[in-house]
Amino acid sequence: MARYKYQGLGYQGMEKLDLPPDLLVSMFFSMLRIRMVEEAVEAKYPEDQMKTPIHLVIGQEAAAVGSAFALNKEDYSLISHRTHGNYLARGSDLNAMIAEFFCKVTGCAGGKGGSMHLFDKNAGVVFASSICAGSIPVATGMALSSMMKNEKRTTVAYFGDGAAEEGVLWESLNFAVLKKLPIIYFCENNFYSVQTPLYKRQPDGVHLFEKARGFGVPSETVDGNNVIKVYEAVRKASLRAKQGGGPSFIEAVLYRWRAHGGAGDDSKTGYRDVAEREHWQQVCPIELFYRYLLSRGLLDPEKRETMRAKIDKEIVGAFKFAENSPLPEERDLYRYVYAE
Amino acid sequence: MAWDEALVNKVGEEHHAAAVEGRIIDYTQALHEAVTLALEKYPEAFLLGQGVDDPSGMFGVTRGLAEKFGESRIFDVPLSEEGITGICVGAAIAGMRPINFHNRPDFLLLAMNQLIAHASKTHFLDNGQSTVPMVVWAAIGRGWGSGAQHSQAIQGLLLGVPGLKIVMPSTAADAKGLFLQAVADNNPVLIFEHRWLMKKKGPVPEGYYTTAFGKGVYRRRGKDLTIVGTSHALQLALQAADEVAKEGFQTDVIDLRTLKPLDEQIIFESVEKTGRLLVVDTGWMMGGACAEIACVVAEKSFHSLKAPVRRLGLPDVPAPAGYSLEQIYYPDAGRIAKVIREMCQRKNGGR
Repeated sequence: MARYKYQGLGYQGMEKLDLPPDLLVSMFFSMLRIRMVEEAVEAKYPEDQMKTPIHLVIGQEAAAVGSAFALNKEDYSLISHRTHGNYLARGSDLNAMIAEFFCKVTGCAGGKGGSMHLFDKNAGVVFASSICAGSIPVATGMALSSMMKNEKRTTVAYFGDGAAEEGVLWESLNFAVLKKLPIIYFCENNFYSVQTPLYKRQPDGVHLFEKARGFGVPSETVDGNNVIKVYEAVRKASLRAKQGGGPSFIEAVLYRWRAHGGAGDDSKTGYRDVAEREHWQQVCPIELFYRYLLSRGLLDPEKRETMRAKIDKEIVGAFKFAENSPLPEERDLYRYVYAE
Repeated sequence: MAWDEALVNKVGEEHHAAAVEGRIIDYTQALHEAVTLALEKYPEAFLLGQGVDDPSGMFGVTRGLAEKFGESRIFDVPLSEEGITGICVGAAIAGMRPINFHNRPDFLLLAMNQLIAHASKTHFLDNGQSTVPMVVWAAIGRGWGSGAQHSQAIQGLLLGVPGLKIVMPSTAADAKGLFLQAVADNNPVLIFEHRWLMKKKGPVPEGYYTTAFGKGVYRRRGKDLTIVGTSHALQLALQAADEVAKEGFQTDVIDLRTLKPLDEQIIFESVEKTGRLLVVDTGWMMGGACAEIACVVAEKSFHSLKAPVRRLGLPDVPAPAGYSLEQIYYPDAGRIAKVIREMCQRKNGGR
């Protein structure tokens, strides 16, 4: 039995928003790209060439893409451990990501970070931490910097429902409201922290976004399987941030299809019902969006196949790049402990 | 509390008697100058911390700065040590130079995650793409009945963290020069001051200057024994050295200024001459600065040693609050002198 069910309404009424067709198609492409990259990583993981823990985002693509596409190039994303999607959605370098998984010197962190430390400064992905909630105050500090320098820049702190149990989220929220910082606290609530369901960690009926509201921050919950709703929520919050209206809190409700770490789903171990995962697979964010775009005549099976072929080629190239790249050397180990 | 003020005033008057030239000001004035100069030199520098803009102004170090530089650059913060430390990390990555004042190092224990997981590792973890130029300042609060949770000297806990720098001045001139170097540095720098040094007077050059990290300095020269340390412990060692000098024991007293980076060469140089090493520190001996320095010498300069290394810091016990127990807990100049005599007499007596 599914304890946590999809509460969204799908794409009913979404056409009223009148978003540019190009944007919608690009968002679909990005979601599909994340899914296919993740599936490729998962398929190759048992080969043991990627000697790094992985946290697959399969099932969570809409939140990653909707939020990223609502940002401008100069905006900052600070990400956490389950962040392949947040990284890719901002247009970050796929080669550097796969190479990092291979622990190669061409990886985005030169083989020093692994999968939980994905960066692409050029794409706005400026910081990652594998400590739950760790990057939240750092994001807050970057927003403080933007305010002090009078820059029109939004910072987004990405984290999960587990991070909302760390005190530093609330310390950061309090400070951001106090200083009216241009920041969005973006919580991807997938109901599980490793294998512990939300109800064992937070009281039922007390919603995350309502707690945040108590701190004086505009706060809402959105259907995390609906890329357009996520896009709209982040777009509005970013506009408010840039206009000096201060921080926002967005809780995107979605579902992790795979295990906390590694390849495959581990529902069979019993911490959640397989039926729950299957329920969420019925409302696959990519499939829902595809059907919507199909109904609007913006996509068709042929176009989708063309996209797949293009992404496939990119993925093959990225793995080849990673495989052919050199490993870091001893001298690389000692570099960048201290800055000049 | 009159008795504690009197105590610090007494410390303040004790050591400046040594022949010195130049402008004499006290420690907090020197630091006030340093903070002012740093804020003038670096438009991206800003100062935050609990009470930095309150009337007492962090022992006077930050008094008047909010009026001079404005509330956007000098501001008080909520009691959220981890949050504020992370905020400093983020601001630093984004190009600012945050200077975060804490009244006491004890409160840094709440910020360990951000200091150890982020501030110190970001530059390494993103392969040199980001730098984290931030300063964390705190004054060790020995005495006043501060006790176990308000007087901790935690430099030893942080010594083993790659990516951090740890600064522990002992003179007013160094407090200024090392502070300015800390703000100029592109790494996270922890400055541990000592409350008992806050009224210490000394010659302090005017204007902007920096004192290099990782460069120790001889405060006294002698052939019989090497004493190494920082901060208030070093000042006590100097008193002890003065005392035993009257008895004919001549000591090298080395002020390391920074524990990380550690000036190993100056220690080896001195120990090669004296063959005897006493390490003093304001913190716990076990696993701390004393232990590390003693180990470095045992490992790399063993051939120079003619006697076992001694260390004099705090025992493996939390700080007591009561003043009578405090006197037992903290080594004073007399105890340091006693250890010096033991070490030197052993030498003379041929143990």
